[in-house]
Amino acid sequence: MSKFKKKKGGELPAISTASLPDIVFMLLFFFMVATVMRQNTLMIENKLPVADQIEKLDKKDLVMYIYAGKPSSRYRSSAGNQARVQLNDKFADVSDIKAFILAERTAKREEVIPFLTTALKVDGQTNMGLVGDIKKELRDVQALKINYTTRTGNALDNFK
Amino acid sequence: MTRRLVPRVNAGSMADIAFLLLIFFLVSTTIETDYGIGKQLPPIEDVQTDIVIKEKNLLEVRLNQNNEISVDGVKMNISKLKEVVVAFLDNGGGSGNESCEYCRGKHDAISSDNPGRAVISLANSRETNYATYIAVQNELTAAYTKLRNREAKRMYGVSYSEMKSNLQKTRNRDQILELNEKIKAIRSLYPERISEIMPVDSY
Repeated sequence: MSKFKKKKGGELPAISTASLPDIVFMLLFFFMVATVMRQNTLMIENKLPVADQIEKLDKKDLVMYIYAGKPSSRYRSSAGNQARVQLNDKFADVSDIKAFILAERTAKREEVIPFLTTALKVDGQTNMGLVGDIKKELRDVQALKINYTTRTGNALDNFK
Repeated sequence: MTRRLVPRVNAGSMADIAFLLLIFFLVSTTIETDYGIGKQLPPIEDVQTDIVIKEKNLLEVRLNQNNEISVDGVKMNISKLKEVVVAFLDNGGGSGNESCEYCRGKHDAISSDNPGRAVISLANSRETNYATYIAVQNELTAAYTKLRNREAKRMYGVSYSEMKSNLQKTRNRDQILELNEKIKAIRSLYPERISEIMPVDSY
């Protein structure tokens, strides 16, 4: 009789899946930490123009977003097909921008207010008249630091 | 001896729950950061003062409703714009007090005296496309960046854009102060003087 007898037959033991949840949790935590919640649901078409002389907008808590563009197809019957401004989750008038900026300001700490930036996310096909009106409103409330948000690329592609 | 059997909780479905959460976070979140052209709007002044700018120190960039660009009344393609703006800013045509030692332009008497005096006036029609406007803003910024890069290379051996990206990366206090100082110095050599006129109906 051999001393080293196999205890059981030649079956392979089942691979334990007990550590699978740990791996998935690890991924979960990575995504929870590394991402920010999508803030606004876009109700307008928002194909940003391209540019290459750009700066990064990190510090998301110091950025206020103003969207503008033509209403997307499902809102066209109610909002028309002229370019509109979107603040937070709803369509707004240009005259609402002042109140929006002031409300955003009161929500922030006092010492960061000078560093607040307004990001203009405007569709490339929008007329400059609307953008000019937005800028005028921003000047009226002293929100002078702005950022024309763009995609990265060659600026000449805007003409195609 | 009595052996008590401890019932085991089946952990097999734990993975499913975690997957569910994982997929929720994957869908509801965005990683990308925004990029864009940073600008400072001019403050509204209560008292309107007329500032006299010499004709030669002014470069008029106009955008009409057909998205055509004209510079000083001459129609121009966007691909030429940067060159023209660089030539205008870097001209250094002034003499005496107004002269510019670091300019490497043509020193033409009919173009700008020095970068501190040179003003770009940008105006657009209400019907101009935003994309065109951004392209022009981009080219104007590119012209300034090109000149600033050159001077920064000459003075500190590092380009202006590199200094800016270093400033975002570094956490060291002394380094931040030093970089800010240098960036300020370079900016004062080529201050960005773009004057925007409110959109008008047509040109």
